[in-house]
Amino acid sequence: MQFREYKVGSRMFGMAFGLSMTITLLFPSFDLAASVVSEVGLDKQLASGWDSGWQLQDPFLDGLNKPLKVLVRKDPKTGEPMEPVYAYVYPAGTSLPNGVNHPQILGHGVEGLSVEQGRITEAKKEDGAVFLINKSNKLLDFEDKPLAYIVNATATKGWTPDEVLNQAVDSDVLHAGAGKTMFVREGCWWCHTLLPEQTQDWQIFGAPPMLGDFNGESPTAFGSDRKGPDLLHVGSRNGSREWMMLHFFNPRLVQPHSIMPRFDYLWGEFDADGNKIDYDKWRSEYDEYREGKITTPPDVPMYTKDSEIRKLIDFIVNLK
Amino acid sequence: MILKYLFAKNEAIPVGSSAIFFGFSAIVWFMIGTGLGSFNAAKLAFPDFVTGTEMFAFGHMRQVHVLAVIFGWISMAFAMAMMYITPILGNTRLWSEKLGLWNCMMWNVCLLAGLSLMWMGVTSGREYSDFPWPLDLAVAVFISIPLAINVWMTIINRRTQGIYTTNWFFAASTFMLIIVFLVGNLPEYFHLTGLTEAYMTWWFAHNVLGLWITPVAAAIAYYVIPKVTGNPLYSHRIGHLHFWSIVVFYSTPAAHHLMSAPLPEWLKSFASVEGVLILVPAIAFVSNILLTMQGKWNMFVENLEVRFTVVGVLLAIPLNMQGGFQQTRSINWYIHGTGWMVAHAHLALLGFSTFLEAAAVYLGLQTLMKRKLYSLTLGNLHFWLLLIGFSTYWVSMTIAGLIQGAGKIYEVPYIDVVIAEHPYMIARWLGGTMVFSSTILWLYNMWMTAREGTPIPAGRMPHELAYER
Repeated sequence: MQFREYKVGSRMFGMAFGLSMTITLLFPSFDLAASVVSEVGLDKQLASGWDSGWQLQDPFLDGLNKPLKVLVRKDPKTGEPMEPVYAYVYPAGTSLPNGVNHPQILGHGVEGLSVEQGRITEAKKEDGAVFLINKSNKLLDFEDKPLAYIVNATATKGWTPDEVLNQAVDSDVLHAGAGKTMFVREGCWWCHTLLPEQTQDWQIFGAPPMLGDFNGESPTAFGSDRKGPDLLHVGSRNGSREWMMLHFFNPRLVQPHSIMPRFDYLWGEFDADGNKIDYDKWRSEYDEYREGKITTPPDVPMYTKDSEIRKLIDFIVNLK
Repeated sequence: MILKYLFAKNEAIPVGSSAIFFGFSAIVWFMIGTGLGSFNAAKLAFPDFVTGTEMFAFGHMRQVHVLAVIFGWISMAFAMAMMYITPILGNTRLWSEKLGLWNCMMWNVCLLAGLSLMWMGVTSGREYSDFPWPLDLAVAVFISIPLAINVWMTIINRRTQGIYTTNWFFAASTFMLIIVFLVGNLPEYFHLTGLTEAYMTWWFAHNVLGLWITPVAAAIAYYVIPKVTGNPLYSHRIGHLHFWSIVVFYSTPAAHHLMSAPLPEWLKSFASVEGVLILVPAIAFVSNILLTMQGKWNMFVENLEVRFTVVGVLLAIPLNMQGGFQQTRSINWYIHGTGWMVAHAHLALLGFSTFLEAAAVYLGLQTLMKRKLYSLTLGNLHFWLLLIGFSTYWVSMTIAGLIQGAGKIYEVPYIDVVIAEHPYMIARWLGGTMVFSSTILWLYNMWMTAREGTPIPAGRMPHELAYER
């Protein structure tokens, strides 16, 4: 090897690059591994499922292999009315979230509670599972918020995914997980960040996220280049599904100066009544409206309940 | 054409075949990448331009533009430079022309497959490491590892005693690219989640720029300026300072991309200080190259390759002044996430590095094809369209970013920021379109050079012949 006259240099290079990787990868990993998941983090993780980017079970990002977030108003076993509670339903065969597969990423305290009281290690992918978020009377170390943990309701209460889904009306079911896949696939995050900054940002866009708000979420899709408003808390600012529907079909219907693309193609071929959507007609009528030839824009078709736009809107209004 | 040599014996392949293949591939990818950029910019200026189709939605095309220019144009131009500069500096032949040709073909195939899938929306959702992990592994196996092997084996088999500055950078950067690519995509292979995934995304994005694009572009200048002007490099020792400070300072500030995320505060402070120290390699590089030009500044006007290189080096001054300081907490809070960053990214990739790579491709294709440049007029037009187009883009996006930053801290309703940015979005589209049109002229010029350029006699350099058109 003719690198021999560079023996010292090669070793110095190895040491320098190794030291750099030790400081930038190994040392931060101790701090990140010590983070304790917050209630927000648990909700995001359970609602979005195993992964929202490319995965073997969903190679073309159609929103497959995803859980449902369901508002449970009646006890699935007895049918008795109960205090409404959000349940995260993983139908049989759906990949379980990272925190259930690897409880150690939940962090000190949450891991123990979730395994011992929540019995999350008993959840099986083949049978499906229903998860709830419980609050304990312990407090988080740094903020005085109660420590929240995951409960496997299939083990503790015997709730099966089918039972929970059968008692729920469609408007109580949020396809937030599949919606996050749409958010990633359609590249919403190239223009909308999910990361309010620790400056004046929080006064308009809401509180910046805290350590522990992300454990188990992948991808985090923070975004880096903001060409539209931050969306981390958009559901708290504007929870109107009707407004979202108009805005996604053609943003200029509700905000004439918007530069957002139209996402009308997410409606698919048919509207909620089963009629074929005539996009060409809609667009030419809209052009007439824009030129002032007619006074009102054409009506936006109602989407079907399993359309991609419904999933995306579910994800957006769920961003609280 | 060149594809017929894929199954030839290595000895039977003409010297420089793989560099020529890489060179033309790079120019074509540059045309595709900037064409997509111009199209995307039009959509930001006029949102109803080509609308309602999933395949032509902004969110589907933006990342295709970015990866086409980084892995198509910039990295293939680097490979082109390595395929011909490494052997020349070692006074030897390329270790394997055949590996080089296969490398280039697989590179084109992988990139075409990856970008087509990404265009359809198949993405990992991680900026700059958008490819799903099977494609990441394909990139490592078919692109970066064969390239590195060819470069290292050529350096090991050299017939000179020492290794010149350019080749230190080539050998080290190809090594660091492999490590950065394999380590930076760990979250995808092992499904690491949460802040770890977010941090590793930016660890990759930072290091692919800092340990691949910046040093290799600089290495090109270390070759082109002494070779064409005939002056020896001003200082070998400043070259040492540049090399070592790149490895030590440029590999550490990854966290400064996430200053507003809840990462450990010590990590952000450390990254910020290291980020300012990026000025050490930058000043070493710029001063070394500009001092090498002493007595030959007439060539800055008269010679196209020198002009491209020196402009690239001069653009490294604002690039690093921005880069060193904009990531400190006191400035980052104002400009983070605004068009300022978009302008800065284009200053790095379209300003600084593209000008250096263009010089390498101009010089390399003329040297290897033994043909003088077909037309200086077209070359000049390429240069000025690129420079004016880039400057228009950079200035307009910087202003747009400052408006956006002001809107951010003074809590202006977001739609008013969008309205205020509109004229600058039009300017950026015009600038980008000028850059795109310049690449068409360039491809034509290099094609005609291959076909009709005046033959360069053996033992002569391209710049020793007069331009004819």
